[in-house]
Amino acid sequence: MQRTASAADFNAAQRFFRRASSLLWRRPRVAATVLLAPPMLWFVLIYLAALGILFLSAFWTVDDFTGEIVHQWTLINFETLATSETYRAIAGRTLGIAALVTLTDIVLAFPCAYFMARIAGPRLRATLFVVMLLPIWLSYVARVYAWRLILAHDGVLNWTLHQLGLPAADIGYTNTAMWLVFSYIWLPFMITPIYAAIERVPGSLFEASADLGAKGLRTFVKVTLPLVVPGIIAGSIFTFSLTMGDYITPILIGGPGSSFIGNVVYSNVGIANDIPFAAAFATIPAVVMVAYLFAARRLGAFEMM
Amino acid sequence: MKATRSQITSAVAGGMAAVLLTLGVAASAAPVKANYPDKIGKGEGQLNLVAWEGYAQDEWVKPFEKQTGCMVHRKYAGSSDEMVALMRQGGGGEYDLVSASGDASLRLIYGGDVQPVDVKLIPAWQDFLPQLKSPPNNTVNGLHYGVSYEWGPNVLLYNTNKVTPKPTSWDAIYSDAYKGQVTVPDNPIQIADAALYLKAHKPELGIKDPYELTRKQLAAAVDLLQKQRPLIKKYWAQASDEIELFKNGDAVVGAAWPYMTNALQKDGVSVADTIPAEGATGWSDTWMLSAHAKHPNCAYKWMQYVSTPKVQAEQAIYFGETPANKEACSAMDKIEKGACHKFHLDAPSSYFDQIYFWKTPRTQCADGQRNCTSYRDWQRAWQRVKG
Repeated sequence: MQRTASAADFNAAQRFFRRASSLLWRRPRVAATVLLAPPMLWFVLIYLAALGILFLSAFWTVDDFTGEIVHQWTLINFETLATSETYRAIAGRTLGIAALVTLTDIVLAFPCAYFMARIAGPRLRATLFVVMLLPIWLSYVARVYAWRLILAHDGVLNWTLHQLGLPAADIGYTNTAMWLVFSYIWLPFMITPIYAAIERVPGSLFEASADLGAKGLRTFVKVTLPLVVPGIIAGSIFTFSLTMGDYITPILIGGPGSSFIGNVVYSNVGIANDIPFAAAFATIPAVVMVAYLFAARRLGAFEMM
Repeated sequence: MKATRSQITSAVAGGMAAVLLTLGVAASAAPVKANYPDKIGKGEGQLNLVAWEGYAQDEWVKPFEKQTGCMVHRKYAGSSDEMVALMRQGGGGEYDLVSASGDASLRLIYGGDVQPVDVKLIPAWQDFLPQLKSPPNNTVNGLHYGVSYEWGPNVLLYNTNKVTPKPTSWDAIYSDAYKGQVTVPDNPIQIADAALYLKAHKPELGIKDPYELTRKQLAAAVDLLQKQRPLIKKYWAQASDEIELFKNGDAVVGAAWPYMTNALQKDGVSVADTIPAEGATGWSDTWMLSAHAKHPNCAYKWMQYVSTPKVQAEQAIYFGETPANKEACSAMDKIEKGACHKFHLDAPSSYFDQIYFWKTPRTQCADGQRNCTSYRDWQRAWQRVKG
């Protein structure tokens, strides 16, 4: 008795799956919907809804007395941001250092990427890739701490300078130190897309350029650079956004006057419990990044990713 | 296409509505009235704690569980704000006790999250330092919203080779004698340190309590701190930051806890600390009882237990701080020779009188007027200082 019942169940289940699969085969759109629904749902609910609430809460405020959020529409957070010199300076510093780090990484990454893509043999190229990616295996915080020890007053850098008979460099806990560390940490994220872009340029183009009488520099400006620009932009998306969103390096490496937007957000959420203000400040990098991505798309950077 | 877009919109709206509902639950915000038990009854078998990491170690939790049958469940919090959030979570009944610091305790009291504790039921309370029996950070209108636990002063730490003679004033971190070699905590409560300095040096400002500042007084403190900024090497965020700064020669003078002095001396760095003439700020933690505690008997048993000299001494040595119970002195020396003296528990009462313990700045001043500046004002001001 028991047995026949479960056999019947099994048959029913089998029939259901068969019918479902033939339906999915006949209607590919249904299949696509079923496959895409879970990630789309996740994207909409977790990602877009969270972003939406972030923007909404930027227009709320916090009761001083109880620390509760007051659900009343107000522009006070944005007013504070616009009128306060401190927050303007912090936003300017964040974007400025992010831009500087991006430029530095372009200058450093281009020759590396060019050498790896065009000059190095397959063996050397593989070795260079490993050397470049090796630091990424190490924890980010460990690498930042290492830099702190290098740049400290009695650190490796000053010890070396002293041995060479040079005056000590006082760059520990400054914005210069932050620029240095950011440039180091995000460099691989610039080399990789530029390498990919250079590798894609067919060798015949260089030969054609040479046949037409162009020298090295002219070939570089007229042929290589325009074709590699999308790769540079793609890399800059990483270096710029990663620097702009960082708040750990300013804590560990920065000195007085080194706060980033992320630090203000962090202290408003963590210490002051003023989430609406944090949300308001967080909209600035979000808006900058959206504009940046639109510009990058027009320049064809997304084909390099 | 149109259908999908409207579907997405409604999904987003639905998700937001759900979150708004949870955010929108209003809390009743007033100090809770006393509702003392006549005596401590039989334990409920469970106890849920929110604590600083290191505040509920097995060394003293296990004997407590054996003694009382109350099984301890710990939740470690990373910041004062997390503590406040945890105590409010789910209507407030999830945790029985919290080891709140002075910059959180008043928020919990005025938020109606904790209830008065009958100190008569905690015999060891009689042996507490007089300054910590009814400190303003946990006692409001004569009601004790918890029992003090451990504390520490914010001392002036200096490198004995580089800073001579021995500093006697906080001038050492405000004058440019040690420009670029000064370090102070990265914490808005640091404004109180500046206010304390101004209280002594600019009496015309009329600062009475460094935690109750009018707009004008706050502006003066911020002004002093902004002038201090060029002297700063780094605003330290963690104890280890400051230790490193002193070890590597980046800083020679700064505001610190006795913990750093001990750690540096142990490492052979020639440093010493002092409480300068102006006095010093200090932090103190309190075990506070949730207004909705589900295991009040076990909670009372815990407060009794951790107030005893033995546990207070174990805690003090484990964390590098000072007990509230002055009878803990011999227990401390038993664990580590000279520990009682090292953490100043045997100091004369004049030592404690110069310490102004942390409390949350609030809009309402002690005299009832609402012209003081709130913690949020302080936080904004601190951001202006740091830049």
